[in-house]
Amino acid sequence: MARLGDRIAEGLVFLAGGAAVLFVALILIFLLREGLPLVRYYSPIPFLTGAEWYPLSGVFGILPLVLGSLLVTAGAVAIALPLGLAVAIYLAEVAPAWIKDVLKPTIELLAGIPSVLLGFVGYAVVATVVKNVFGLPTGLTALTGSIMLAYMALPTIISIADDAIRAVPDDFRHASYALGATRWQTIRAVTVPAAASGILAAIMLGIGRAIGETMTVWMVTGNAAVIPTTILQPVRTMTATIAAEMGETARGSDHYAALFAVGIVLFVMTALINTGADLVLHRMKKKYE
Amino acid sequence: MSGATEGVLVERLSAWYGRVQALKEVDMDVPPNRVTAVIGPSGCGKSTLIRCFNRMHETISAARVCGKVILNGVDIYSPEVDPVQIRRSVGMVFQRPNPFPTMSIFDNVAAGIKLTRFHRGSELAESVERSLRRAALWDEVKDKLKDSGVALSGGQQQRLCIARALAVDPGVLLMDEPCSALDPIASYKIEELITELRGDYTIVIVTHNMQQASRVADHTAFMLAGEDGIGKLVEFGETKQVFTNPRDKRTEDYITGRFG
Ligand SMILES: Nc1ncnc2c1ncn2[C@@H]1O[C@H](COP(=O)(O)OP(=O)(O)O)[C@@H](O)[C@H]1O
Ligand SMILES: [Mg+2]
Repeated sequence: MARLGDRIAEGLVFLAGGAAVLFVALILIFLLREGLPLVRYYSPIPFLTGAEWYPLSGVFGILPLVLGSLLVTAGAVAIALPLGLAVAIYLAEVAPAWIKDVLKPTIELLAGIPSVLLGFVGYAVVATVVKNVFGLPTGLTALTGSIMLAYMALPTIISIADDAIRAVPDDFRHASYALGATRWQTIRAVTVPAAASGILAAIMLGIGRAIGETMTVWMVTGNAAVIPTTILQPVRTMTATIAAEMGETARGSDHYAALFAVGIVLFVMTALINTGADLVLHRMKKKYE
Repeated sequence: MSGATEGVLVERLSAWYGRVQALKEVDMDVPPNRVTAVIGPSGCGKSTLIRCFNRMHETISAARVCGKVILNGVDIYSPEVDPVQIRRSVGMVFQRPNPFPTMSIFDNVAAGIKLTRFHRGSELAESVERSLRRAALWDEVKDKLKDSGVALSGGQQQRLCIARALAVDPGVLLMDEPCSALDPIASYKIEELITELRGDYTIVIVTHNMQQASRVADHTAFMLAGEDGIGKLVEFGETKQVFTNPRDKRTEDYITGRFG
């Protein structure tokens, strides 16, 4: 009887896992089917390396879009990583219990704010601040996008990194204190390294959220498809391009196929980041277990 | 080699966890460069007592101490004393082996030195080797110093923890049931090691194993929680005397197995 139950449960888990893989495969197949026909209009090399994106004239160089996405994401990581780690360390190792009890749910609540609302705030407030602080003609810049994305990635990073640090057994903290380490030395040399794989997972999930995020970025980055030279100028990301232009294209047109091809590139980049993260995590696990 | 010229003098030491008192007015004179065992039934305050000797007790929130612990003529609880400094001159080994999981064997031993003082690479390597030799682990690990400490067996991990504690040259070494997670052979090696170290360090070892106490310790302290549940020192003396001719009836009952 129990065995039959086990069999059924096993079967269901297998089915669910299989379904997930199948969905991903179907999405990829769909992207490929809609995107690959672009080669009929435009060859892959200029597509990947071209510096100009003029879809109405049939020029589809996605380099500005790729660089725009990378710049906004890198900026977001540069802001969210130190901030998220600092808050997670504070929550897990320093804050008194009542502050933790207030702060953690509040932070997790932030993750639920719809991105279009964040876009409004970014457009109205953050862009103005960026404009005034740096004396720019416009506040709709890559940096504005980075700030908003960092804000959106922070709850994920903080929450998961906090859990990871808290999961480090007290035995190691005690061993460190007993050697004469201060609280800060213990955090730096023992606790955070012991939580490194969890912290890395937190960062990767944060990045994953940032690179795929569309709405907010579309609203605050100015959407100029030029290769950025500084973080203080407008950029256009891959996601914003797809969202903004998809409504205007005819199915089967070169523009339509080009947007799907952008989607393929985005898919591949996300997959590469995830695989990279998995590899690093795996190597860390191997080393320490 | 190390500088333990004095033992640990304990005067009217009481300890609390929040409102709950765990230790009441313990007086004890731990002799220098000898092994002292602390025995007694579980929950009688043995761990609490030795955690007061290196100010680890106060790392628990709301934990509090009253009384004196005098080390090299200084009360470690007087206000001008920095607990971090105390923990550098009093080493501690825990019940469960706890080498740092992200550090290599070498880095585990070097951890305390890196924290505490300026060092050169070559000196560091010498200190690490010396400490591993003292902990009778060198021959087993000398070819894999870069491996993770967690890959070692339980007994090796515990000796690694002893090496880690010895690396900063403490005068006093506290051990809280260091063998309770180990098999008999690994325990035996630790006992042998304690006997080796005797004479160079003031060692205080908590153990629930009376045979172990009688084998390794020059002096033995017997503790017991009273009717009120608060741990007290019942008897302290030379191990031989405590085991063969106890002064207190409760000690006799305990060592003859009549309770506990
Ligand atoms: N972290 C703690 N918080 C509250 N009470 C504790 C804590 N650690 C120990 N105690 C209590 O203090 C008493 C003595 O404990 P302990 O020193 O660990 O005894 P032993 O080491 O002799 O078994 C026990 O009653 C125990 O419940
Ligand atoms: Mg104990």
